[in-house]
Amino acid sequence: MTSASEITWHDSDFDPRGTDRLALVDLLDRVLAGGVVLAGEVTLSVADVELVTISLRALITSASTLLNQGTDTPRPGP
Amino acid sequence: MGSPDALWLYLVTASTPPAEALDGLTGVGGSAVTQVSCGSLTAIVELVSLADFGAEPLRQHLEDLSWLEATARAHHRVIDAVARTAPVVPMRLATVYSTGDLLTGMLTDRAPSFLAVLARLQGRVELGVKAIVSHESAPAEPVAAGRPAGGEAGAGAGRAYLNRRRNEREAREQSRQRARMEARDIHAVLSVLAAGSRLHPPQSPELTGRPEAMVLNAAYLLGAADVETFAGEVGQLRHQHPDLRLELTGPWPPYSFAELDDEVA
Repeated sequence: MTSASEITWHDSDFDPRGTDRLALVDLLDRVLAGGVVLAGEVTLSVADVELVTISLRALITSASTLLNQGTDTPRPGP
Repeated sequence: MGSPDALWLYLVTASTPPAEALDGLTGVGGSAVTQVSCGSLTAIVELVSLADFGAEPLRQHLEDLSWLEATARAHHRVIDAVARTAPVVPMRLATVYSTGDLLTGMLTDRAPSFLAVLARLQGRVELGVKAIVSHESAPAEPVAAGRPAGGEAGAGAGRAYLNRRRNEREAREQSRQRARMEARDIHAVLSVLAAGSRLHPPQSPELTGRPEAMVLNAAYLLGAADVETFAGEVGQLRHQHPDLRLELTGPWPPYSFAELDDEVA
């Protein structure tokens, strides 16, 4: 019953533009919390964890603002 | 837009990417990406301007969701394109060097660590698995159905309404508890198949835009040849856990497994 079509393959072909369809949240998990951090050796140590935490907090705020204003997404239960 | 005076670093690799992998590829600043070689390593970079990508502008931009989205997608586009041709060590978003000398100095100093990570990641990709509670007790009925109407029937009806709400809350908490235990089992099964695994925090409903609780947000490192087997196992787990929705994403460049050994110490 489980077929390949049930699997969410985001990039089945090798078209880099296909990656635009990736869910933003999955992508941010990786580019903001993954990857090598070279803080300290970088003149602009903007990749440090603290800043990412700050920006994620901003993201959550702005994402929920967008959701609440932009769509009639069902609100989570109480 | 100022003049280019800094380098945005995307990734480090040990091989020279084929020209067609970089051909026409633009990055976060809209410019073509280029390579900087240093010993046995090659860094993929883009010339950017500090007016846009310096510490303070970045700090402000990161608060802007649409800027963050465009930048994250551009960063990924470059890493993904090169990762399809060779093992890469992806950098975290917003790794910027103000001079080429600082970059090559870093590459020289940390070459052994980069080479060790590249060897570990050779021929491997990352897959993501998320588990979301799919059969949760529905949110409470519209309040009108149970709201006390006032008068002498009001108190009894009100109590019944509150009881029902409490039971629903308890049922929901129990089902989430069960779901979290199932998620632990799923992660244990999948970890055995993988060369590495990492748990990301579950995504919040505010970010996903979906009210259902996420109970697993994991990344697995797999040899390219093991991807099909792994996807098949996820399919099996779907049948064994009908109350969870399992979502498989990827293959991704190995973002969640890019850690220099000398960072751990």
